Amino acid sequence: MRVNSNVKYRIGKSTGFQVLTIGLAFACVVPLIFILIYIIEAGITKINWHFITNLPKPVGEAGGGVANALLGSMIIIGCASVIAIPFGILCGIYLSENKTSKLAYWSRLCVDILQGVPSIVVGIVAYFWLVKPLGGFSALSGSAALAIMMLPIIIRSTEETLLMLPDSLREAAYALGMPFHRVILKVIIPCGISGILSGVMLSVARIAGETAPLLFTAFGNPYLSGNVLKPMQSLPLLIFNYATSPYNDWHDLAWGASCILLIFVLLLNIFTKLITRKWKVQL
Amino acid sequence: METTVDNNLITRPENILGRVITSAKIRDAVKGIKRIQRSHRQIKAENVFRKTIILVALAMVVLVMGILLTLILQSVLSVKATGIGYLWGKTWDPVRDIFGAYPFILGTILTSFLALFISIPFSFAVAIFLGEYYPKGWLPNLLKNTVELIAAVPSVIYGFWGLAVLVPIVRVFETKIGVQPIGLGIFTSSLILAVMIIPYAASLGQSMIKMVPSNLKEAAYSLGATRWEVIRSVILPYTKSGLFAGILLSLGRALGETMAVTMVIGNTSLIPKSIFAPGNTMASVIANEFTEADHPVYLSALIELGLVLFLVTVVINMIGKRLTKQFTI
Repeated sequence: MRVNSNVKYRIGKSTGFQVLTIGLAFACVVPLIFILIYIIEAGITKINWHFITNLPKPVGEAGGGVANALLGSMIIIGCASVIAIPFGILCGIYLSENKTSKLAYWSRLCVDILQGVPSIVVGIVAYFWLVKPLGGFSALSGSAALAIMMLPIIIRSTEETLLMLPDSLREAAYALGMPFHRVILKVIIPCGISGILSGVMLSVARIAGETAPLLFTAFGNPYLSGNVLKPMQSLPLLIFNYATSPYNDWHDLAWGASCILLIFVLLLNIFTKLITRKWKVQL
Repeated sequence: METTVDNNLITRPENILGRVITSAKIRDAVKGIKRIQRSHRQIKAENVFRKTIILVALAMVVLVMGILLTLILQSVLSVKATGIGYLWGKTWDPVRDIFGAYPFILGTILTSFLALFISIPFSFAVAIFLGEYYPKGWLPNLLKNTVELIAAVPSVIYGFWGLAVLVPIVRVFETKIGVQPIGLGIFTSSLILAVMIIPYAASLGQSMIKMVPSNLKEAAYSLGATRWEVIRSVILPYTKSGLFAGILLSLGRALGETMAVTMVIGNTSLIPKSIFAPGNTMASVIANEFTEADHPVYLSALIELGLVLFLVTVVINMIGKRLTKQFTI
């Protein structure tokens, strides 16, 4: 009888732990759902054509939009991608082609380090590398800071994708007498393009919401500006500045901008997931 | 190009070798030379390409070294002015040129560890749930993807949400337990941070738990162990270092997180008296004061904070990565 109750106690404990685990695991999702619902509820009503195409109004005037931030975000992210994508892919190629060389070891270590660098530190460095020499805040320096943050993600995904490709592919191309660069550019890259692409998209999704490196590089600008050598507004900067302001009109703008940013980032993430899943099935 | 090739062929005696030159032979020779030239071009391009990727890989090393060097060089001024006492100086008063980083270091440690403390049960629950209880199926898959989305939400949005939703809730809570109801403060930022860092420990822990060899688990089951006993005495000891690495990665995230914390921590340079008091972390003080720093020592002191932050996060991340690698090999 005693043994029986002991077993029952153990089974009960096990079940109890299982229930607790399931409960806690699903509790994680609750804040995310709360945030999603809250932001979309607060933001979606603010978004209309007027909101997308107009500049923010001064305090006290209702209405206004975030056109400058939208355009600025696009330009800054575009420039960052132009800088980071070729660099990242080339470095990923090097790491996957030279697995054991000394330079590859150091380079890999540096990519690991770069991945963990706090975004604000990247901002400081970009300030000293670009803002000071160029003599003022500029969108370009913001792009450079964001590009530094994109690099590790692109490099990692490129390297891992290319390592997954079978060696026979490479050898077949070499056997046909193709030179190294054509093997890489015409055979290896096209085969791994979906993996590389998903890395690129993931990195864009990550930097699209980055604010800290932009604080002292792109700086923000209440007017519409397309000049990359001048300060420029971007969505996360606008959200930060307007959310911490005491004015309700500005809060409304920030909610709308948050909603746009959130939807953009989440869609990009989900899209990437779908691509990688499809790609994995193909392999 | 072609004409020069032709001329060379005809005029240079060693090419002719005393044979009769027919136009067909010349054509063949030109073709051959063209082929050689083409492969020359290819080889050249190949070499250029090889050199380029080596340069790019080298550039990564230079980039990271450059970051470190820039931070060190720019903080020299502050190191000279304040010395090593900077790290435990208790006052931060830019107006009187007194720079002590202790309030911010304390604030960073408090927020990060409190956040870690709150998030660990949740991230381990996710890891165990996905790694052991239900590794397959649509529901766990959905959970996994949703947890990963937590990391995707921009931190400024967490901050804004915290400011609008969490701060009033914390304020009510603070009134109930009888501390000064500010709402902004270390506790609030820890709550937000805790949510933000769940995915890092969870996804690493989950993949570690999945790697536990099934014969170990089955041996334990065959001895009559319950599920909980298997988890406690087989899976957790086996994945110990992996789970620890996950915690370290989460910690690294928490230490460097800037925007969400800046928005809800209250931003004061005083030493926080309790976890409900407002404070500042290293990252948030840089974000707040960098553009306001009006004299070189002030700016340099902020950069020294950045340097400390950089070194700490790098060390933590490196240990975490080492542990993970050890585990996979």
